[in-house]
Amino acid sequence: MKSISDALIEDTVVELLRLAVTKLPEDVEQALKRIFNEESEVASKMQMQAILENLRLAQQSGTPLCQDTGILVFFVKMGPKCGNIEDIIRKAVERGTKEIPLRPNAVHPLTRKNPGNNLGVHMPYIYYEPGSEDYLEITVMPKGAGSENMSQMAMLTPSSGEKGVKEFALATLLRAGSNPCPPVLIGMGIGGSADICMGLAKKALLRPLGSHNPDPAVASLEKELYDALNVIGIGPMGLGGKNTLLGFHIEHAFCHTASHPVAINIQCWAARRATARIHPDGKVEYLTHRKGGK
Amino acid sequence: MTDHHLRLPVSEEDVRNLRAGDMVYLTGILHTARDEAHMRALEWKNEGKELPVRFDQGALYHCGPIMKKEGEGWKIVAAGPTTSSRMNTLEAEFIEKTGARLIIGKGGMNKAVGEAMRRYGAAYLAFTGGAAVLAAQRVRKVNGVHWLDLGMPEAVWVLDAEEFGPLTVGMDAGGNSLFEDVARKIEKNAVAARKRLGIG
Repeated sequence: MKSISDALIEDTVVELLRLAVTKLPEDVEQALKRIFNEESEVASKMQMQAILENLRLAQQSGTPLCQDTGILVFFVKMGPKCGNIEDIIRKAVERGTKEIPLRPNAVHPLTRKNPGNNLGVHMPYIYYEPGSEDYLEITVMPKGAGSENMSQMAMLTPSSGEKGVKEFALATLLRAGSNPCPPVLIGMGIGGSADICMGLAKKALLRPLGSHNPDPAVASLEKELYDALNVIGIGPMGLGGKNTLLGFHIEHAFCHTASHPVAINIQCWAARRATARIHPDGKVEYLTHRKGGK
Repeated sequence: MTDHHLRLPVSEEDVRNLRAGDMVYLTGILHTARDEAHMRALEWKNEGKELPVRFDQGALYHCGPIMKKEGEGWKIVAAGPTTSSRMNTLEAEFIEKTGARLIIGKGGMNKAVGEAMRRYGAAYLAFTGGAAVLAAQRVRKVNGVHWLDLGMPEAVWVLDAEEFGPLTVGMDAGGNSLFEDVARKIEKNAVAARKRLGIG
């Protein structure tokens, strides 16, 4: 017997999509307000003012704050028994695309044909994690292309060490420049294999701003890179300014002794994510947004 | 720094009066076009086919909006700018062949586009990326859509805008670019960053 109904999961996923695209998580909004206060030049101050005004209007009108509602990446922690999660999420995405509405972004990679409903092969994409908790946890990250297109990965040599990681971070940020809608959140993966490394970079974007990697060596590198690169001068929307970053997050995995993979996935200032826990008794907790459900 | 309130279409003289760093507000028709519409427009031009819209009669907007069908018409939901650099390889020819004078986008464009702007009298106007609701509020009406077979984001939408802005002149027709000014500062800062990181 299923302990959580398909309908409850589907409704919750539609609500997560709506929350994610119309309102930023509290930590991101606070960071943007802080940066607005810190900026002093006319150009950067004006960009931050437009960003904050836009957030207010989007929330007030319940419309997507950015027209690029992204491709939809889901992270699911499996818990109690439930129906076929992929089928339910696909239904919710099709519904949300019409009801919210989201921009239909998913196209065939070669023919570029757009079915108009954000559904296609492996799209939306779902990362699964097995869990033993008594709830089902679903996170959606609507990922825009402006920032995603600036992603990079490198298979460095072990001898390049931490220095190689720093060189790569600086080069990637300079190459991205004004394109990914700064101030940006940098997600970095270090270690694993090529696929694991880029996956870690993406997962690093899910961490709340202000959080640190539990490994002290990694946390210290996060801080060092944030401090050095935030003041690089790209500034809000690339028009110059004091702040270029929302944060610098690193996730790591052990790797082959002969490998040194490093990857960067960039998130724009609209660092959207929404998470909910669905309990078997039908209770739904929204973790990223204060006023969950409405 | 000057504020300009311009009515579209604009003359070459209007555009040559704009200086990098000035603020612009536009009233009139905006035509959206991204990668696919640029490619098709150039293909049609090169085949001698007439385009469905006159890009010289409005402003070219790098934007893929969210639209909602309402009866026979469309309602604009969200319409911020997209990354202009994706059109870097197409824009110089697009300016030459369509006569577009004002290009709205985000992030700026490369030197080749700047050179075409200087030669033909065009300018690049930056709008805040992601500020999609702000942008949609300045659109009075959606007049129509062309090439919808390319999908909602890539189609050419005809938007009737009022005081669309604030737009920052990012690249002017005199060859000045705010993005290049910032790039020079970043180059200096990068030297300091390398030292700080111990990789200098």
